[in-house]
Amino acid sequence: MEDSLYFSEQHLAVRNMVREFARGEVAPVAAELDAKAEFPWANVKKMGELGLLGIPWPEELGGAGLDLLSYMIVINEMAKIDASHAITISAHTTLGTSPIVNFGTAAQKKRYVPLLATGKVLGGFGLTEPSAGSDAASTRSTAVRKGSHYVLNGSKIFITHGGVGEIFIVTAVTEPGAGTKGISSFIVTKESSDLDKTKRLGIGHDDSLTSMRGFTSGKKEDKLGWRASDTRSLVFEDVEVPAENLLGEEGEGFNNFMRTLDSGRVGIAALSLGIAEGAFEHSLRYSTLRKQFGQRISSFQGIQFQLADIATEIEAGKHLMFHAAWMAQNKQPFSKQAAIAKLYCSELAMRTTIKAIQIHGGYGYTKEYPVERMFRDAKICEIGEGTSEIQRLVIARNLLKELAD
Amino acid sequence: MKIAVCVKRVPDMDVRFRIGADNISVDQGGLKFDINDFDAWAVEAALQLKDKNAGSEVTVISLGPDVVQETIRKALSMGADRGIQIKADKVPFDGLAIAKALSAELKTGGYDLILFGKMSPDSSNGVVGPMAAELLGLPCVTAISSLEIANGKGTAKRELEGAQEIVEFPLPAVLTVDEGLNAARLPSLKGIMAAKKKPLQIKPALLAEPQITVRKLELPAERKAGRIVGEGAAAVPELVRLLQTEAKVL
Ligand SMILES: Cc1cc2nc3c(=O)[nH]c(=O)nc-3n(C[C@H](O)[C@H](O)[C@H](O)COP(=O)(O)OP(=O)(O)OC[C@H]3O[C@@H](n4cnc5c(N)ncnc54)[C@H](O)[C@@H]3O)c2cc1C
Repeated sequence: MEDSLYFSEQHLAVRNMVREFARGEVAPVAAELDAKAEFPWANVKKMGELGLLGIPWPEELGGAGLDLLSYMIVINEMAKIDASHAITISAHTTLGTSPIVNFGTAAQKKRYVPLLATGKVLGGFGLTEPSAGSDAASTRSTAVRKGSHYVLNGSKIFITHGGVGEIFIVTAVTEPGAGTKGISSFIVTKESSDLDKTKRLGIGHDDSLTSMRGFTSGKKEDKLGWRASDTRSLVFEDVEVPAENLLGEEGEGFNNFMRTLDSGRVGIAALSLGIAEGAFEHSLRYSTLRKQFGQRISSFQGIQFQLADIATEIEAGKHLMFHAAWMAQNKQPFSKQAAIAKLYCSELAMRTTIKAIQIHGGYGYTKEYPVERMFRDAKICEIGEGTSEIQRLVIARNLLKELAD
Repeated sequence: MKIAVCVKRVPDMDVRFRIGADNISVDQGGLKFDINDFDAWAVEAALQLKDKNAGSEVTVISLGPDVVQETIRKALSMGADRGIQIKADKVPFDGLAIAKALSAELKTGGYDLILFGKMSPDSSNGVVGPMAAELLGLPCVTAISSLEIANGKGTAKRELEGAQEIVEFPLPAVLTVDEGLNAARLPSLKGIMAAKKKPLQIKPALLAEPQITVRKLELPAERKAGRIVGEGAAAVPELVRLLQTEAKVL
């Protein structure tokens, strides 16, 4: 699908630009950042300058004003080279910024979105708690209204950009006993944990943001994959959050993040697919170079069949993902399509990277070849933004609902 | 300052080329195309001059079929102001024919500076820039690796074998750009959006009858596989013998 029914000339121009950026600036550093578990600040700065940290937001809010398909193309292209860079874009844009764009007041949008869309400051989304993972409704963090502010207590776990980010959307219970209708979301701010680096580079921090007392991030998780992405817990100890930072109405938090996750899932589908495509490209090339038994291994039918199967599945994944994005872009209900695309593409990334290592033999098991990193980066796609089991629940719920309608 | 940059759409060079059925052209199937690197550096040089000299205008010109509009748009998305396609069914091999068609357009533009890449890797003639300069009656500096413009005068550096040459020239002038002048910027997303709205004129090419034509294209002979004669000092006599009798280099 070099060209396809989904793409305009402009989409292809966006893709070429990101491809060039990913090959030129990301590929040379990806292995080292992975090994050191280092956040790619220098490239984040460049991505901000290119407009990659606010792709779908209107220009008045500092965004690039492009459509959702362009945004998915960017995540997909970036993940072909490095999943950590891709999740940085996706988590910052969909999780950290979209709730403010979609549910914020005019004042909230004006205050926060330009900082996020230009990449001046990084954003994140705090939903998951130690005892509320797949069952996000069992949120325990609380927000109690006291005059002109709320007092926030509790903690979040596994939050992308937890340390490096400064603006977060978090959920907390405002009406205990009311179930999902008792959950609200808030915009909370703190200082980046990398203040020295952000000051040196001139991004990642904004002095005008309040550093809310009692809002801190925990230690960085030491992960299997997505190692150049920053994942941490967030802790709230009697944090005074001004009432104007309530995002949407009280009690709408759960509904709003469900909607946010629908879009997020298309993004994870695009990212997973990128990992699969990247691993496939490496494997295809490698198979035409490696010789055993006096022949290129690509001449063995046992290898050819594997390549043909992966290519077929990737093609199917592209249609699922770009179609889900197209539905979202055209304002059609896309919750089922998003879950299907996420389920299929994330499991495809896992299958493909396993085969990619197999095709590389022992070399693929070493850090000399990028398929080893891609294999580790793929696994989280079956877990984050809803596990594969949860995607199946969402799909089934939609199927049964359609039957009942 | 009014600056023109002539750009060519060329195939990505990192692929294995096949010769087309006509035996005189490259099979275009499966090739990816982009702006010639040397031309991209020329565009970058123009944009840097524009950044320094407020009120400057950068015009990008490409000769060829409608697909070259994509190449022009890329330069526009980097920041050039307007584009002109000199429309021709195909790009002739004869550099003089190209230079004539381009200079017919260039002479009407009143440009202070006209930039070319020093060559394009597909035909590797390296003549279009100097020929256009001659046709326009302008001074020409080829293969520049640095550029400074001040008070209506230009200074450029040229890399020679083991030395550098610093040259000075009056404006208007024609320059061809070598590697090392700069690193071309990537278009930003805003640039890509803006490029859609920038003017792109299409004019017919006045193409002279080509005087040079390609008669035949051949791939270089396949290199023979290497041979390992033996290992260590014991292998030296045999190696010397083969170098004398077979390779005939000793
Ligand atoms: C690197 C990384 C980044 C992350 N980024 C963020 C972020 O930015 N923001 C955020 O809020 N969260 C984030 N998360 C959290 C992520 O969304 C959760 O880990 C995920 O939703 C799963 O929750 P859990 O880990 O508690 O697993 P659990 O919910 O405990 O699941 C354990 C197992 O039980 C299965 N299971 C649970 N319920 C059911 C059921 N009803 N039926 C069948 N099987 C079931 C699950 O599928 C899974 O296999 C991140 C996680 C990681 C690892």
